[in-house]
Amino acid sequence: MSQQTIDFTLNGVPTRVSVPVQMSALEMIRNVAGLTGTKYGCGEGECGACTIILDGVSLNSCLLFAVECDGRQVTTIEGLASDPVGLRIEKAFVEAGAVQCGFCTPGMVMQARQLLEQNPHPSREEIQRGIEGNLCRCTGYVKIVDAIESASKE
Amino acid sequence: MTALDNYVAPTSLEQAVEQLQELGEVTILAGGTDLMPQANAGRVKFKRTLMNIRRIPELHGISREGDEIRIGALTTVAEMMVHPLVREHLPLLASTGDHFASGQIRNAATLGGNICNASPAGDTLVPLMVLGASVELASKPDDALFRRSMPLPEFFVGPGKTRLAPAELLTAVRIPIPPKGFVARFHKFGTRPALDISAISIGVSGVLKGGTLSQVRVAFGAVAPTPVCGCATEEALEGRKLDAATIAAAAKVAQDEVHPISDVRASAWYRKEMIHNMTKRILEDVSANH
Repeated sequence: MSQQTIDFTLNGVPTRVSVPVQMSALEMIRNVAGLTGTKYGCGEGECGACTIILDGVSLNSCLLFAVECDGRQVTTIEGLASDPVGLRIEKAFVEAGAVQCGFCTPGMVMQARQLLEQNPHPSREEIQRGIEGNLCRCTGYVKIVDAIESASKE
Repeated sequence: MTALDNYVAPTSLEQAVEQLQELGEVTILAGGTDLMPQANAGRVKFKRTLMNIRRIPELHGISREGDEIRIGALTTVAEMMVHPLVREHLPLLASTGDHFASGQIRNAATLGGNICNASPAGDTLVPLMVLGASVELASKPDDALFRRSMPLPEFFVGPGKTRLAPAELLTAVRIPIPPKGFVARFHKFGTRPALDISAISIGVSGVLKGGTLSQVRVAFGAVAPTPVCGCATEEALEGRKLDAATIAAAAKVAQDEVHPISDVRASAWYRKEMIHNMTKRILEDVSANH
């Protein structure tokens, strides 16, 4: 098995890891870098629980090869703790009761962060389209959309 | 069987095709959105070397070259959708992106990857076919870079199979800038808008002048081992007034010329019905809105 050393910035921190070439960024983030906020849901890009932001665009980390992170900026849900918009979204999720089991929440919040970056004041429909790649099996989405809408109005 | 034991990330096209020639057994990594799940499911086996082509500047970017728009193979679906040249000249491609997977996948998936995967249901393939796209290929069999191009329909051989030679790289897609009066439609039919693999898809294009359609192109997705030309349907439309009789006749021809299979997404019967109904609906829409 071929190992590859990669250097990248993880939530602002310069990071060096050695990973097998075929390892996903998700596995690297959770099991090598040790940040477990990013969730493994389906492993095939259908559920969005593993959403991260790479150089400013949101991606399914389960579909991304870890080696592709080399030289780039990776932001995970842990990184939003030092981001004002991220904190606003977090607060809105809590206040709207947009969390039930919580497994989809990190991915939802990351994708919401991406949506508000591209479109600071989205309509409800635009919010629904924005999170079309994120599945939630508990809430029925209404409160999640409420939360993102409320975060966008603050 | 040789296991994956080598990783290369070339930074120029020249270097990439040299390595392809040299190393032989290479799996190409572009966006990875298909490669990763296919490999995890055991449907694709990694070859000896994984070549990450994302660091090659020449494969990125969208430009106008004469009467053509050139879209670099590594252009993501999201980049394609918002690019001014695409929005101005190829609005069909911009709207196609809107039906492609999800935001996260559009941010990663590349146009070149969608083409080289050669899925019969590949979302960009039918629109690219009706836009008259061709693919640009590069290799370096000896000392000089060798480039060739091929009309997109010829590129597809079967599910996952293309005419790409083993040491060749798809570098770009070229699309002629459509003439005045050009109309184009794409319809993807599935069970939900996001993250769906189409049961069928249809693309229609042509030049509409005084209610008459000419230079017609029709293509169908997910009804054959590759995306296919609706050649008989094209003939049923070419040079004819786009009235109710022409539309009804063309929809019937479309239904008769496709030979889909039954699978988990739809039965053959249903696919033929949908080809008929959607072809009719698309043509009625073209006729009503121009």
